This record gives sequence, C-alpha cells and structure tokens, in this order.
Amino acid sequence: MNFEYNEEQVLLKESVARWVQDTYSFDQRHVISQSDEGFSRDNWSTFAELGWLSVPFSEEFGGFGGSVVDVSAIMQEFGNALLLEPVFPSVIMFGGLLEKVGHTELNTEIIPQIIDGSLLGSVAMYEAHARFDMCNITTTATVDGDNYLLSGSKSFVLGGAHADKIIVLARTSGEQSAEQGISLFLIDGNAKGVSKRNYVLMDGQQVADIEFDKASGILLGELDGGYAPISAMMQDAHVALCAEAVGIMEKLNKTTLEYTKTRKQFGTVISSFQALQHRMVDTFMSQEQAKSLLVGTLCELSDETTSPERAVKLVNALRTLVAKAGKHIGDEAIQLHGGMGLTDELDVGHYVKRLMMINLIFGNGDFFQNQFNQVAYG
Amino acid sequence: MDNSFSAQDLEFQAEVRDFFATEFVGELRDRVNSGTDIKGAACDWQNKLNDKGWLAPDWPVEHGGTGWTPVQKFIFETERANAGAPDTVPFGLTMVAPVIFTFGNDEQKARFLPRILTSEDWWCQGYSEPGAGSDLAALQTKAVRDGDDYIVNGAKIWTTYAQYADWIFCLVRTGNFERRQQGISFILIDMTSPGITVNPIPTIDSAHTLNEVVFENVRVPAKNLIGEENQGWTYAKALLAHERTSIAGVPDSRRWLTEIIELAKEQTTANGKLIDDPQYQTRLSDIEIELMALEYMELRVLASMSAGQTPGPESSLLKIKGTEIQQSLQELRMQTIGAYSVSLPQDEYQNDLHQRGSGARREYMYGRAATIYGGSNEVQRNVIAKAVLGL
Repeated sequence: MNFEYNEEQVLLKESVARWVQDTYSFDQRHVISQSDEGFSRDNWSTFAELGWLSVPFSEEFGGFGGSVVDVSAIMQEFGNALLLEPVFPSVIMFGGLLEKVGHTELNTEIIPQIIDGSLLGSVAMYEAHARFDMCNITTTATVDGDNYLLSGSKSFVLGGAHADKIIVLARTSGEQSAEQGISLFLIDGNAKGVSKRNYVLMDGQQVADIEFDKASGILLGELDGGYAPISAMMQDAHVALCAEAVGIMEKLNKTTLEYTKTRKQFGTVISSFQALQHRMVDTFMSQEQAKSLLVGTLCELSDETTSPERAVKLVNALRTLVAKAGKHIGDEAIQLHGGMGLTDELDVGHYVKRLMMINLIFGNGDFFQNQFNQVAYG
Repeated sequence: MDNSFSAQDLEFQAEVRDFFATEFVGELRDRVNSGTDIKGAACDWQNKLNDKGWLAPDWPVEHGGTGWTPVQKFIFETERANAGAPDTVPFGLTMVAPVIFTFGNDEQKARFLPRILTSEDWWCQGYSEPGAGSDLAALQTKAVRDGDDYIVNGAKIWTTYAQYADWIFCLVRTGNFERRQQGISFILIDMTSPGITVNPIPTIDSAHTLNEVVFENVRVPAKNLIGEENQGWTYAKALLAHERTSIAGVPDSRRWLTEIIELAKEQTTANGKLIDDPQYQTRLSDIEIELMALEYMELRVLASMSAGQTPGPESSLLKIKGTEIQQSLQELRMQTIGAYSVSLPQDEYQNDLHQRGSGARREYMYGRAATIYGGSNEVQRNVIAKAVLGL
C-alpha cells in the first residue's frame, strides 16, 4: 500500500515546478493572458521539448506511456502554476479520445504531432441547449462518398479557438439524448463549412462556439459507437481536472496561510487569531479530503479489477467533493485576504476563478452528486 | 500508487472474517448487542478474543500482543465492524496498558497486564476534573506522600463506566512548578479503597455511562506510581501518540451507512420508498462521499505508518472528520426512522419500532460526546493549527 507519487512522478512534478519558478511568474503569465491567443506558443514548444505533452500517450506513438497517476502528477503541478496553455483540451481530451478510439493508422500520424507540439486538437462535444448532458446531440452527419458532412453547432469548445484538428460528436441514430447513436468525426479546424466565434472565459482561456455547415470529416471508430470511447476519455478528463483543482487548492491555502502570517491588524499578525486559525484548519481539511479521494480514485482506476460501476461512483464522488472543497477554499482565500482578495492584481482571485471554471464545466457539484446518487442508490 | 493488500494480508483477512463468522454469533452476539449487561457481555466477548490471542493488537508480543502490522490491524478493525462486533473497551487495553508496558516497572507489568487480558480487572480513566476539561493541565486532585503511601484528595469527572471499574488510572498533582505540566504524576488506584465515592451522572441519552469519582483521603501505595514522580504528563502524552489508527471509525461508519440504506428501503413515503427520494439521496451521499474521502485519508496515514513514520497530527484530522461523520450518520438514522426515534423505552409496551427508534435516539444523544472527548474537536483544530500550519 502506497499513496505517494513515485520517484519518476516526483521528478516530473519538480521539472514543472522549476520551469514555473524560472519563467512563469504571475506577471509573465498576465502578459501571456493578454496576448492574441491567450497562451504562449513558445511555452508550448518548451513543453514539447520537456516531454510534458507526451505523458499520457502510449509508447508505440512516441509517448511516455503514462498512467492516470502520471497525468495526475503533472496536472496537479499545472494547477499550482495556473497554466494558460491548452494541455487539457489538446492533450488530455483530444489526444486521450484518439487513444480510446484506437485507430492505429491515424494515431501513428497525429499523436506524434501532438507530442512534438506542432498540432493542437480539440473535442467539440456540448451543444448550447444540452446544459451538462453530453449525449444530447443534434449535430448531424450525412454520408458523402468516403467522408461525412457535418451540420450543427457546438458551444463552449475548449481549445476550439486554436485547434488544427477537431473531433466532433454527431448524432447518427437514436433519440436526441441516447448513448447509442453518437458518432465521432475528425475534421480540420479550418475546413470549409467551419465557422468559429472565439471568446474568453473567466480564467483567461479562449474557447469557441463552432458552427458546422456541411463540413467534411472522417468517421473515427465505429458508426453509432462513439459513446464508449468518449465516456472513457471523459472519465480520465474528470480525474485530470480534479488533480489540477487539488493543485490549485494547495496553492490557495498556502498563499492564504502565508498572508495571515504577515498581515498585521490590531497590533499583531492576524494568524494569531483563533477564529482565523480554525478556518484555515478547515480549509486544510477540505484540501486533504479532496486529495485523499483523488489518490484513492487514482489507485482504484489503475486496478483492472475495479468494476465500471465503482469507477463511475468514484469519479462522481470525486467531482462532487472537489466542487465543495473548491468553493470552500476559494471563498475563504478571498475572505481571509480581506480587500486585497478582491483585487485583480493579486493572484488569489485568478486561482479562484480557474477553480470555479473547473467546477462549472462538464457538470457542477449538484450534477455530479445526482449522478452519484443514481449509481449508488438508484 | 497502489491500494492493494499483499497476498499474506488477504490470507489474514480471510482468517479474521472466518473467526468473526464462527465466534461472534448466537446468544453472545445478542447479549453484546442488547446493551443490557454491558460489563458481563463485554468481558465474555473479550475472553473469546483473548483465547484466540487477538485481544491486544497494540501490545508488544512479549506481553500478549499480536505483532500485527498497521495494515493487519486495519484489516482486523474492518472485519470486526463488518461483522457488527463492538470495539473492545479501551480503558484497560489501549489506554492504561501502553503506559504500564512503556513506563511501568517489571512488578507493575506482571501484576496488571495479565489481568487486563483476562478482563479480571476493569479500568476507568481519571483525567478530567470539574475545573480541568480541555485544559487538562489545570488539574488539582492532590496526592501527598505519607510514608509508603500517597494520600489522594480531589475529584475526577466524566469517568466512563467507573461504576464497573476495579481500578482507575489517574493524573494527580504531586508538586507545584511554574510549568503546570510539571508536578503531575501518573498513579493507579484500587477502586475499592476507602474514601472513594462514585456519583452517577445521568446523561441526555437517559443512560448511566458517566460518573464523578470523588477521593477523600484515599490511601494509595506508592508502588502504584508509574515511573517517576512529577513526570506523569510526559507519560500521558506519550500515550496519546499511541492513539490507534482506527480513530476515524471508518469501518463502523460504513456499516451504519449500509444499515441506514436498508432502513430507507423499508420506509414508505407518498411517492414510493424513502431511498428513492432525491432529497434523501442527497443527504445520504453528502455523508457517503465524505466517508469515501475519509477512508483514503486513513489509508494514507496507515501507509505512512507502514513505511515507518509515526502518526503525527494527521490523527487530529481523522478524529475531527471521523466524529463529524459519525454524528451525521446518527442524525440521519433518526431522521430515517422517523417519529419512533423520539420514543423512550417503555416497560409495558415495547415493540420493534420503539426499540429501533429508541436505539437510534440513544446513539444520537450520547454520540454528541464524540466531538468532546479525547480532546474536543476545537482542541484538535488547535493542534493542527500549531503542528501542521505552523501557527
């Protein structure tokens, strides 16, 4: 029994931490966030050189062959760094989905380009009317020779603003919200019939609403069989986001604790007040709860004897807990910083906003708790 | 990262499971669960464990311990709770015994330890006083040396099961120093000594668990002093570090949760079964999700212990979360049972519904103690603030 990151994972985390310390100060990050694309292509090349973009991919495609635990290690550190670069949409989601579909020929061509930093990808899943239901799909695909023509609109596409390749979820049969009848199509980001409207989220990342008007794409995997790979990828993606969230929680708690040790009021440092001490113990406890359930989830997901029901239960429990812990820690970080917590100048609010973003995409706490209830008591 | 048990551990798990399935059964099981003959039933059950050699997992092997690893202890605790068996009574086995085998002399070890294992001696704990609760070092019960004896005067309070006890282990003041923690001694007192009065303290669960123990010129042989005079605080603190990993109470909470779910499947509402009510499900999962996290919080501590580290202030986290969850479950059980939870036991008219409700009520009411004893949860927060956050 062991719940620590192994030596290799610690080295990976440390390499990220070192890079952040040297080149990714909060001021530098701010400059990048104001740039046209909202992230740095130079940094992206550096990530490729350092091998960070290869972590989850199989060795046969030039990847590091990393497990969910390896991904978690690096995501936790990225959370700590409040990274703007699109690792999550491009590597975890797009790359992850390619691997789950398992089209060897395509993967041999595309995944090495993700790893070397030359290709950005994105998955266009959710539609505006569907709230958090990823199966509620009206985008259509009609046969066009060897290809398909896609029509419909996707909203809130993470990484969509700059994607060279996009995987689109379309309904090819079944009811509007059915799991069966979803198919995946790979299209070029600048294909004819693709129009994007880019916009910025509260955490600084650029996303896109994308219209498809008879845009040509190729079928990925089996017709009507897209649900299995997409839900497998999303399971990994949820856990990766939770790892990032835990990294943010640790950072916020640390920053807040340090601040109260230096901030003086009533003639003394405010960390000497028991009312504040107990609140910081409670936020520490929330962090440790989230971290504990994260490591538990990582262990059980790595174990092939874990049943699919148990995996679903764990992931939804984790996202529910991370939503609660994130709200608790974020609120307290701002409150304990007092007026400073409200300033844009301080990094605290930016970490809080990223945490809020994580806890409002692909579902919120209530949504995940409902999902949990269905598996546990339904 | 890896949460799996080794092959040996799995084998051990099967052996423990089998033991509970064959030994914790029938009349004994009913008697232990009924709560009517608390001392007799507990002693009988503990004798079964002792016969097997499994009564004192935390003791050194030379004194009758099991030599189990932290993981094996965890497995035992889990199987015990799953079988619905109670935890052992802690005062002798896990509270005074570690002090005796760590700081006592050979004569004390030979005299007291075997009788704890055989349940011939029932112990209680004399720490808190009317004027010394969370601030234990404020204690004032005095022991004054008189020839080969100490003369003890004062009062101890919240003494669980003092009415059954043969012995009490006490922290007493033997000297006055600038640092209050100095001048405290650890002494063992025979409850049959003249001058001891046990006054029951009825509690809000309508039961008799707690007592005040008053000492009036009680003569205690000096050979009952543990270690050196005025060093008792150090011994008592060392005992706290001995705190078991099972402090979080995860396996018991897990079993309660399962029982509550079963109850909710029986309860009918206007719209079907209670378990299908979305609001009820959310109350359940609020607790279950925290329990899942606590399980891994405990396993993380366990794994670091297995790696040779001593459990530090993390056990305060486990205590806070563990007791909060226990109390949430006690409340949910009452809410699940409904109105019968407020019924008091009646002599003439008593059916299953009353009994179940009454049990839930008792557990809830006495369960309030869990966040108060063993260092209140506020004191635990102080511990974490100091030791973990450096405040």
